Amino acid sequence: MDNEWKGENMKRQKVDVLVIGGGAAGLAAAIEAANQGAKTVLIEREKKTGGVLNQCIHNGFGLHVYREELTGPEFMERLWNEVRGTNVIVESNETVIKILPKSKEVVSVSPEGIKIYKVKALVLTTGARERPFNALLVPGSRVSGIFTAGVAQKMVNIYNRLPGKRILIVGSGDIGLIMARRLKIEGMDVVGVVEIKSEPGGLIRNVVQCLEDFDVPLWLSHTVIEVHGKERLKGVTICKVDDSFNPIPGTERFIEVDTLVASVGLIPQNELIEDFVEMDSINKGPVVDDLMRTSVDWIFAAGNNVAIHDLVDFVYEEGKIAGKNAAKVAKGEELPKVRYTFKRGENVGVILPQKFTGIERFKMYIRPKKTMEKGVLKISNKVYRRFNWKLRPSQMIDFIFSDFENLESILKVEVNEIG
Amino acid sequence: MHVHVKENGEIDVQGNRCKRGLEYAKNEVLDPRRILTMSVKVENGEMELVSVKTDTPIPKKIIPKAIGYLKKIKVDAPVKVGDVIIKDLFGTKANIIATRTVSRK
Repeated sequence: MDNEWKGENMKRQKVDVLVIGGGAAGLAAAIEAANQGAKTVLIEREKKTGGVLNQCIHNGFGLHVYREELTGPEFMERLWNEVRGTNVIVESNETVIKILPKSKEVVSVSPEGIKIYKVKALVLTTGARERPFNALLVPGSRVSGIFTAGVAQKMVNIYNRLPGKRILIVGSGDIGLIMARRLKIEGMDVVGVVEIKSEPGGLIRNVVQCLEDFDVPLWLSHTVIEVHGKERLKGVTICKVDDSFNPIPGTERFIEVDTLVASVGLIPQNELIEDFVEMDSINKGPVVDDLMRTSVDWIFAAGNNVAIHDLVDFVYEEGKIAGKNAAKVAKGEELPKVRYTFKRGENVGVILPQKFTGIERFKMYIRPKKTMEKGVLKISNKVYRRFNWKLRPSQMIDFIFSDFENLESILKVEVNEIG
Repeated sequence: MHVHVKENGEIDVQGNRCKRGLEYAKNEVLDPRRILTMSVKVENGEMELVSVKTDTPIPKKIIPKAIGYLKKIKVDAPVKVGDVIIKDLFGTKANIIATRTVSRK
């Protein structure tokens, strides 16, 4: 059902490049598209752009992009300064509800009513959602006092509210580790962090600076098996798990807490395009090439909706690439076609991009499927990089691929354990 | 990385991937420092809090004292990103600076 929208009293406008989502990737894409001369509109559903940068008051942003270590809000304000220097029209408080690919129209809802954009190119930078605790299907009542880490972070850093008094963090992903420190600083009793795997899920830097520095215990190979309480959380039962993540009988322990903060995964948001764009079930995002183009040649994507990234600097770089190429398409330039496709080999989980044109060098990201002491990256059976340090799924490998001589059209990528 | 403190006080670092890693490892043993990031209350602002940081790492051991102090102070809006809120915190030469802009209500 893909006819041209024939509604009355709807605001219609033509744009060259429409960017959906005003987080780090979207801001970068809009800035770049405008700098290339495209009439660019950025749509953001919240009151202000910036996405999660707004609430990430901790350090670790901008090391690559600005060669400085910045906090999230500082990085965000740099992006705002860049946007102010361009002609980008930022429409906040506006939500895109549908994309009509056949007519290249985008329908959105705003306080001014329904708007329809006729676009020449589209950039989807819609980021990711947090996996809710309920998705883990832990038995117990639906009590209050259970939050995802991002929600707790917004509560504390933006609204100046504490989620509770005594808290257990579920999941040792970066957001969980960061919140363990944050809540401890704000005077909460942070009982510990449980992690179902035998390795922490976040960056080692965060394990040291958030848990070890603040004496927060990390219980690896542990998980919550029951939630207790009637209206408010009263406590949880945790237990140890074996290598297959099955609870080990006899290791159950009750912990009294009134708050749970769950950091159990981020899920890319692609509802707007997943029905007509080729998707990658492992990345959980669209298949993209080195130009950040999807399988639809006027639709580009960048950032956490393509795959979950570790550093905002990489998200920013991708956004710039997507914006640049979207602007070219809007101007009527013909972009090079895809010539090569990567195939996942041993130990390769998330990989991005999945295809490439071979026109110029580009940055690739790979998440190894398992932890290894030393590894070697091979593309088409040729060794590209040796890693003499520990590789983990929680730390993305990034490297620049530039060797395009005598390539087959399908290239197997693998990360082999050595030594 | 592995750090070994020899009997004569010399520090031996293995496994660093760059020069900065060497410095970091030595400091982690001799004089561990951290950048502290948190929020400070704002009066008359469009937001209740302004996020802040130390503009240079401060000794780990004074962090609890710094946290206690920052939780008590209030800043009057407007505050601009980069504004110095506290100069030379506890004689460390580190300043507490605002990491976001909060306009007056």
